[in-house]
Order: sequence, then C-alpha cells, then structure tokens
Amino acid sequence: MTEPINLEEGFQAKIDAELKIEPKDWMPDAYRKTLVRQISQHAHSEVVGMLPEGNWITRAPSLRRKAILLAKVQDEAGHGLYLYSAVETLGTSREKTIDDLLSGKAKYSSIFNYPTLTWADIGAIGWLVDGAAIMNQVMLCRTSYGPYARAMVRICKEESFHQRQGYEIMSVLSKGTEEQQAMAQDALDRWWWPSLMMFGPTDANSPHSAQSMKWKIKRQSNDELRQTFIDRTVQQAEVIGLTIPDPELKWNEGTKQYDWGTIDWTEFYDVVAGNGPCNKERSAARNKAHDEGEWVRNAAMAYAAKKAKQKAA
Amino acid sequence: MSMSNALFTYTLRRADDLLILSQRLGEWCGHGPVLEEDIALTNRTLDHLGEARNLLTYAGQVEGKGRSEDDLAYLRMEREFTNVKLVETPNGNYAHTLVRSFLFDAYHLPLMQALLESKDEQLAAIAGKAVKEATYHLRHSSEWLIRFGDGTEESHQRAQAALDAIWTYTGELFETDAVDAELVKAGIAPDIASIQEAWSKTVDAVLAEATLKRPEDGFMATGGRNGLHTEQMGFLLAEMQHVTRAYPGATW
Repeated sequence: MTEPINLEEGFQAKIDAELKIEPKDWMPDAYRKTLVRQISQHAHSEVVGMLPEGNWITRAPSLRRKAILLAKVQDEAGHGLYLYSAVETLGTSREKTIDDLLSGKAKYSSIFNYPTLTWADIGAIGWLVDGAAIMNQVMLCRTSYGPYARAMVRICKEESFHQRQGYEIMSVLSKGTEEQQAMAQDALDRWWWPSLMMFGPTDANSPHSAQSMKWKIKRQSNDELRQTFIDRTVQQAEVIGLTIPDPELKWNEGTKQYDWGTIDWTEFYDVVAGNGPCNKERSAARNKAHDEGEWVRNAAMAYAAKKAKQKAA
Repeated sequence: MSMSNALFTYTLRRADDLLILSQRLGEWCGHGPVLEEDIALTNRTLDHLGEARNLLTYAGQVEGKGRSEDDLAYLRMEREFTNVKLVETPNGNYAHTLVRSFLFDAYHLPLMQALLESKDEQLAAIAGKAVKEATYHLRHSSEWLIRFGDGTEESHQRAQAALDAIWTYTGELFETDAVDAELVKAGIAPDIASIQEAWSKTVDAVLAEATLKRPEDGFMATGGRNGLHTEQMGFLLAEMQHVTRAYPGATW
C-alpha cells in the first residue's frame, strides 16, 4: 500500500499536478463546501437569469429575435440542470439546493436583480453580462473539480453564442434610428457598472480567493478577470459607436491596458444584501413558480409510483 | 375566390394558429413547474414559432404584395388574425395549458401528416419538417394528460375542469368554408373529416387512459377563422406588437 500518509497532502499534490478531482475521490470538507456553494450559486444564477430575459420574450420586436431569445433562455435552463447535477455529485440533492434558493439562504449573481426596461437591455445582457460571465467560465473549464470543469466546457460553447447575439442586437440598434441609438446607449449606461461588479470584490477584499486559488477552483483573480473584460469590451463599444459611461476611462500606454474609474461598492453590497431594484420580484417569481408547480410535481410522482407498483404486482 | 387568395388565407390560418399558440406558451418561459418542463415547453414554443415563420413567409409570397413574416405578425390588427380561439385562450394553470396543447396537437399532427401529400410543394415541405416535431408534441401533452388524470385527486380535478372549460373551443378546428372547399378540390388541402376522425380517436384513447371524461359536444365557439376573437386577443397583440409599432420602419 502506498497510501499518502496525509490525505490532505495527497489531495493537494494531485491538484498541483493538474489532475482532476472526481466525485469519489477524497477531498477536504472545506473544498466540498466551497464547491457546493459556488456551483449552486452558479446554477441559481442561470435559473434566476431566465427571468429578466424571459420578460421580453412576448415583446421581442421581430420573430427572428423572439426565436433567438427563446433559444437562449432555454439554454440557461439547460445550464441550470447540468449545474444542479454537478452539485448532486458532491452529495447535495437538487431539492435541497433549490430550497436554499427559495428561502433566500443561497445567493445568485446580483446582476439579475437589475430590471430589463427596454429591448436594448436584452442586447446589453448578452453583450456585457454574458460577456463577463464567459471570462469567469472559460477559467472554470480548467477548474480542479472534474464534473464542474466538464459542465463548463459545454456551457462555454453556448455562452459565446449568447454573447455574440447580444452584441449583434446592440450593433443593429446603434446603426438604427436616433431613438434606437439612444436606447442602446441608455442600456449600456445602466448595465456597464453592474457588469463590472459581476467579477466580485477587489482582490484585497476577497477573503476566500487565496484558498480557492490554491485549490485551483479559481485560476485567475477577480481583478485580473475584470481588467481583461474591460480591455476587450471598450474596443467592442468603439466599433459600434457607443460610449462607455466612465469619464476616467483612458488607455495606458505603459501598462498596455485601460485605466478606469471606481466601482460604487456601496451599491454592490446593497444589492448583495437584498436591496437591489428587483431582488424581491425575482425571489417572488421563483417561489410562485415552485408553489404553483407543486401539484404538477406531485401528480407526476403519484403516477410514477402507481405504475411502478402495477409493474411489480 | 381566386386560387391564390384561397391559398393565402389557408396558409395564413395555419400560421396564425401556431404564432398565437407560441405567443401564449412563451409566457411560461422561466415560470414552469419544474426545470425539465420549462425546457420542454420552450422547445414546443420554438417549434411552433419556427413553423409559423415558415408559413407566414410563404403566405406573404403567395399574396404577392411584398409582406414579410414580421409585417404579417406585427402589423395586422385583431380582425385580420385568422387563428382559432382555442390558441388565444389565456394559459391558466398548467393543466389548462397542457389540455389546450393536447387538443391542438391531436389535430395538428394528422393535419401535417395529410399535408405531406399536398399538391402544393411548399406546404408539403413545411409539413415534412412539422410532422416530426408534432409527433413529439402530441406524445408530450398526452403523457401529461395521463399523469394528471391518473395522478392525484387534485391533478385529476384540475385536468377535468380544464377539459370541460376548453371543450367549447374545439369545434372551430374542424370548420370549413369556401377556402377549404377550393383547396380540397385542387388536392392542396386534405378533407377535414379525416382529420377530425383521427383527432377524435386520439382524444378518446388518451382520455380513457387518463381516466378523464370526454365532455359532451355542446355549444361550440366560432368566429376566429374570420377574425372574430375573444376579448383577450387584443391584449395579446398589444403586448406582442407594441415595440415594433412604436418605432415604425425600424429594423431590429
């Protein structure tokens, strides 16, 4: 027997060697807990994220846009399913995970607590929100937990389509009538800063980050990802003639990246604490769907049980 | 009536059924009773919308006035829509939504199967794509009807109540007028009697397995095919069309 003398050391050695951790492998409780929290938050974000976009399905201004939006929101439901399954591989049932969302115990990405007020918001969400999410998700394709990494590979393919369709909506609007251009700029103005907040607190204020980096759950810091996103997005905005709402934004020849202004962290922590524009509405909508769906789920279970009993008899 | 007028109206009626049903079903997206059903229902919504788009585009070509799928969807008023009232009825609870879909699916599948033989190549091609989807839709809604009927007492009651409430809207599916007569004669449209027979057989078989009671044929609602709709239709269109109408001539 060549068992490592210390399980924790063996575990870390595996991670350092870039080997994936699989469900049946030994793992520290804190690693498991961190993953359950992170993956379930991610799953909830997909599911709650269906609401602000679903808000525009019945009003999409062309049938082509309606079809694309439906397909996108459907993808998000699919992502939610894979991620709830990934949480189950860590020993937490989907029911329990969803109960935590409904009770308000579990968090989801705060960005979905902002309202979609005009059609251009659907473009801004695809371009900025999915664009920011992809930065994080591309990194997670190399995360140390096998089922999470594999789910991310699949999700990333679909997310890049989402980002492109959002940018295309913005691009068409910015080439459209004056009113459409104003609609696009207004959406960028409202979604820009909340999108930057999606990367989380600054590295200095992110207490769990160091451990997550050591375990290779995270592989790049919040600030690094945020900067890459800004550098990429500023150029995309220029191409379609929209203005990033940050007067301090300026190319820095020395660092070869953009310098930019300051995030309003008071707003960030307010929204996280439940005081965003739509926190209550999102939670109410999920709870309503769950409560009104209860008799449907019960019927399906009762019928399945009846059939199983008949088969056994 | 000229043949192209009849073909336009016939194609538009098929398109409007699917467009309006997809508009209703789209309201569920993100609010389904369980994530798997959210996905299944959105899939159905997409299929109906895709078929509606093919039919609207073709109707526009047949009409020959340069109207696109979007012109037909967004720039007609209530009185110009030719869908049956069944598909515009509000979603209600999940039983109502699925009973409504079941009653439509049981009609839509044999109709599309029959249209495979249409002498109009375009309609036959559209049916070719639709048959596969419609087969899945009917299976999905039938399975739920059976689960509801033979599930719990509550689900049984809800399904029966939905069936009783919606039944009055099923007569319209089988109405015919001069448009149908002309196209049946030309071998473009199937005889509706054979579709009704297939529908009735499916309904009886599924309701029997679901232990649900087929309602008596009483008063049947009518008017949709000639643009006489329920009061809900105006609200449905207001929601669907308002952005497009607020910015005339804009592209999206």
